[in-house]
Amino acid sequence: MFGTLNTSGAGLLDEFRRMEREMNQLLGGPPWPNSIRAMARGTYPPINVGSTPEQVDVYLFAAGLNPETLDISIQQNLLTVAGDRKLQVEEGADYYRKERYDGGFRRVVTLPEDVDPDQVEAAYRDGVLHVTIKRRESTRPRQITVK
Amino acid sequence: MTETRDVSKQDAEAAQDIKQQEQAILPAVDIFENESGITVQADMPGVSRDRLDVHIDSDTLSIEGRAVIPMPGGMDALYADIRSTRYQRSFSLSRELDTERIEAGLKDGVLTLRIPKREEHRPRRIEVQTG
Repeated sequence: MFGTLNTSGAGLLDEFRRMEREMNQLLGGPPWPNSIRAMARGTYPPINVGSTPEQVDVYLFAAGLNPETLDISIQQNLLTVAGDRKLQVEEGADYYRKERYDGGFRRVVTLPEDVDPDQVEAAYRDGVLHVTIKRRESTRPRQITVK
Repeated sequence: MTETRDVSKQDAEAAQDIKQQEQAILPAVDIFENESGITVQADMPGVSRDRLDVHIDSDTLSIEGRAVIPMPGGMDALYADIRSTRYQRSFSLSRELDTERIEAGLKDGVLTLRIPKREEHRPRRIEVQTG
């Protein structure tokens, strides 16, 4: 009896996998090439990167971190943020949901080539880590006055 | 002068409409129960205390928040995992929970809600009589 139940369960899972594969084939990946360091969607923590002529802003959405445990480093135009999120587990409680990320993480972001690794600032507020990297003076657009 | 003000007001209203259409993020939650009640913890990075709204409508608990992220003017997005600034999630509560005495705390973007059980619903140990 359990034998039959098991096979049908696996069959259903296979069916889902097949559907997923077909959907991927149908929709295809994005038409543009991914960055070689790109991670799958859903990687913790989520990141947004914005750019202005003066600076590049990187936002990491990582709630409940101790900023002192964060390790932020920059090498040329590679920004690495590593940290550890330890969630307190309530002893003797029954858990219904455990969706929040628990553990260590590391994310590497490729920044535009003209960032200045000597001018980096980082601030942690309301669970968002905001790293600002200035662009090099020489590459910024300049207004040229006609005499 | 008055006209300018009206136009900007319309713009603000239009922006508000767009924001309301924006799809909300489902915040990740941990939920656990012990003898005294249920605790809900939700990750809502970017949400400050004044942009958080927790409310109870009959037996539905709703959590809503808006993330405010400091952005320089004229910023172009190079990459975005997060495409919305609105968080929303709701749960239905059962009757033994005391909605009058919910405690809420927000720290570093983590919302913690303590929902106590009504006194009469707390588990009691039943002694087994032998004899």
